[in-house]
Amino acid sequence: MKNSTLKIVKSRGLSLALSAGLALMASSTFSAEPNSADWESTVKQARGQSVYFHAWGGSPRINDYIGWAASQVQKRYGITVNHVKVTDTANVVSTVVAEKAAGKDSDGKVDLIWINGENFASMKRQKLLFAPGWATNLPNWKYVDVENKPTITVDFTIPTEGLEAPWGNAKLVFFYDTARTKSVPNSIKELSEWAKKNPGRFTYPQPPNFIGSTFLKQALSELATDPAKLLKPVVEEEFAKVAQPLFDLLDELHPNMWRKARAFPKTHVAMRQLMADKELDIIFAFNPSFASSAIANNELPDSVRSFVFSKGTLGNTHFVAIPYNGASKAGALVLANFLMSPEAQAHKQNPTIWGDPTVLNVDKMNAEDKARFARLELGVATLKPEELGPMLPEPHPSWMNRLEKEWLNRYGVNN
Amino acid sequence: MLRLAPTLAIAILIGPILFGLLATALPAFGYFPTLGGTRFSLDAFAALFERPGLLRSALLSFSSGLITTFTSLLVVVLFVAGWSGTAVFRRLQHLVSPLLSVPHAAAAFGLAFLIAPSGWIMRLLSPELTGLTRPPDVLILQDALGLTMMGGLIVKEIPFLLLVILSALPQSNASQYSQMATSLGYGRIAGFIHCVWPNVYRQIRLAVFAVIAYASSVVDVAIILGPDSPAPLSPRLLGWMNDPDLALRFEASAGAVLQLGVTVAALVSWLLLEKIFAALQRYYCQNGQRFARDKAVRQIGLFSITLATTIVFAGLAILAIWSVAGFWSFPDALPDSFSLRSWARALPGLQQPLWNSVIIALMATSIAVVITLACLEQEVRSGRDGGSRAMLFVYLPLLVPQTGFVFGLQIFFLWLGLDATLFALVFVHLIFVLPYVFLSFSDPWRAFDPRYASVAHGLGAGLNRTFWRIRLPMLLRPALVAFAVGFAVSIGQYLPTVLIGAGRLPTITSEAVALSSGGDRRVIGVYAFLQMVLPFVVFLVAGLVPMLLFRNRRDLKVN
Repeated sequence: MKNSTLKIVKSRGLSLALSAGLALMASSTFSAEPNSADWESTVKQARGQSVYFHAWGGSPRINDYIGWAASQVQKRYGITVNHVKVTDTANVVSTVVAEKAAGKDSDGKVDLIWINGENFASMKRQKLLFAPGWATNLPNWKYVDVENKPTITVDFTIPTEGLEAPWGNAKLVFFYDTARTKSVPNSIKELSEWAKKNPGRFTYPQPPNFIGSTFLKQALSELATDPAKLLKPVVEEEFAKVAQPLFDLLDELHPNMWRKARAFPKTHVAMRQLMADKELDIIFAFNPSFASSAIANNELPDSVRSFVFSKGTLGNTHFVAIPYNGASKAGALVLANFLMSPEAQAHKQNPTIWGDPTVLNVDKMNAEDKARFARLELGVATLKPEELGPMLPEPHPSWMNRLEKEWLNRYGVNN
Repeated sequence: MLRLAPTLAIAILIGPILFGLLATALPAFGYFPTLGGTRFSLDAFAALFERPGLLRSALLSFSSGLITTFTSLLVVVLFVAGWSGTAVFRRLQHLVSPLLSVPHAAAAFGLAFLIAPSGWIMRLLSPELTGLTRPPDVLILQDALGLTMMGGLIVKEIPFLLLVILSALPQSNASQYSQMATSLGYGRIAGFIHCVWPNVYRQIRLAVFAVIAYASSVVDVAIILGPDSPAPLSPRLLGWMNDPDLALRFEASAGAVLQLGVTVAALVSWLLLEKIFAALQRYYCQNGQRFARDKAVRQIGLFSITLATTIVFAGLAILAIWSVAGFWSFPDALPDSFSLRSWARALPGLQQPLWNSVIIALMATSIAVVITLACLEQEVRSGRDGGSRAMLFVYLPLLVPQTGFVFGLQIFFLWLGLDATLFALVFVHLIFVLPYVFLSFSDPWRAFDPRYASVAHGLGAGLNRTFWRIRLPMLLRPALVAFAVGFAVSIGQYLPTVLIGAGRLPTITSEAVALSSGGDRRVIGVYAFLQMVLPFVVFLVAGLVPMLLFRNRRDLKVN
């Protein structure tokens, strides 16, 4: 692969500069790969490293949390963490792909990625990830709630195999303003009915935005006659039939949506702004404490509350992963381990900080760490864990791609 | 040393672009061995044209290029023709000029915050005038025809075109010609069009072409204000380029080739428009009509430019307000409360991007100005300018849509092991800064009356002395304008910054766009406000320095 790439370059008369560059690169990367099972030497190796953590940068609160984690890791382990704020994780995958295409198999730009779902599937398929099992060998893995949270070991139906370390849990939750809305729907079908009575007050982010695609998957998961089919890769011949109920529903819903579905917000955060502006009455997010956090930060009125569908909403886990060619793997391992620690997880779950639910099992912790979680308040608009309803499994990643494509074909061009 | 300057400039401009274009064109025609494409084919184009709404995307880009350029040029011409030399003109000119420094993204955010159904205008009018307590459900932003997007581009291109025209005016003896035309009974506008405009347009033509190319391939403004279903071509192919599904690279490359075609088509159409307008101008010139009663047209010119200016300033204001807003419900005209929380939260993270932005912009612009001066001085000394071919080189970075070749450049720097270095980023900014500096400066330079130099030579001054004591001081104003333009261009760069900087050298602009995906108006307010302020300061300096230096040099002032 590398050779054929080189050929293009050589044909452009750049071979001299190139071979010099490659020689430089080769000589600078002679250190051994770290092993998370040998923790002591990993921590030693990590000291002084710079870790470039590529993570979505669209939320100031999350950015602050990452900044806090960076300062802790700096203080305790002498590692400098740089948060590279990305708009779309797919771009980070692209970066690693471009590096692989250029033959840069070590000393890559990306040390740690915030990832899950189709991006993980894509990187795993293309073998762009660091050694299997690194995550399960981390010291803090012992707290992880593997028993009760199946999404930790199976990411969108793809086995994680220790290629990514769990960071947080997500669950689809809807929000409404009690000052304007009295009764809320209890299923996708009811939501469509509700929109008929309240035209222009509901929308979803435009797929392929992650939350927008999640809405499509939620709807299909509810409406499919045989939901088991969604857990397996798409069978092209069956796709039209399986997906039909979803598109029937969207055809019915769209005329009653915000801007009559002639335009869509770009993200769920943009929907929050639209709710604050009184344009939307029902919004949703992949984080149960989304509304409480927003209220605490003046971004939503304090009359906003949460609801879910009683038959369940989608849930998944988000992770951090290390590219195969990362330059500071030891540092990335230490950071990933810290992010999984009870202390960091409790801080993250605090709604005034971020409000992202933990991936750990509190029962496995010592008394001090248990107390950290016991002290947390949920926030006015957050549902209690037992009120969050059943969790619907994420479909196989191929469904996301296929649904996005079909959505684009049907609704990508307005008339 | 000086003799090498043109070669160096051409190498900087053309080398990376050729490589980037090749790395784009080869995959478009199926050749990208790393991804298994070893055979030339048109499959990628076939797949591209099966994309829903592709034609409409291309048409949007095409029409945006033409309509944006035509409208902004028309407004500027009416304003300059109708009002130059008046007190109103001088006052507005000082207001409009600094707006050039406002990055496109920031201006677009400002416009969005103003005219959205829940925007400031609606908040100011509601509920008293509209009776609304909730925003109307109407499509203003992201309208399917891209009118809002074009509006956002127009308010930004007006200051740019005004500035290049202003720098060209002193070399066109505008006031003398205008006076003569007026004394012959021509209306202000007709007199300007017949006597001054041909000379001015010759000088600014390249800048106009740059506007066409930019408006037909813009990414950031299209993302913020443009339609989504479908989006114009460039934002769409950026999406394919970044898709984790690598097979899309071929299609994205084909799209980049198409984008190139669309931009070329827009330019060719403009050449046709030029011919039509030249014929019209000749016709009316020969038939002797005076168009003396042009008051209404002059008022339209004044109104349009005032409106455009007001929009950008109001946008700036609303961004500033949002950056300090507490909870702000519709239809309140102002937030319930003010807080510095957004700023306090943003500040720690702002230092590095601010520093990077300034350093990169200063370095790239300084290099660009030095190279430009060296090239132009070399022209004078050798008695040859590079001719039209050299100009094509200067053009290339502005003609080739960024989406078309920056990804190829990224691979280039990766191969050299130079990606994500300050050097690479300054270099890639230089590619875009140099043409703007050159374009805004070369025409005033070339229109400089050679007799000044002849007189200097006649009085015994050598080449160097003539350059330092005569040509440079007399051309200081356009030189500083060129510097400010270059600085603003560098500050506004998004795509090259994220791709070549690989996120390791964040700038204010790359951070602002990253945060904008979150749609949080307060944070966008903070970043866009800063984005505006940075180049604005440089612009002020560029305007103030000649004013101070030339306060007692009557003919170096713009009338």
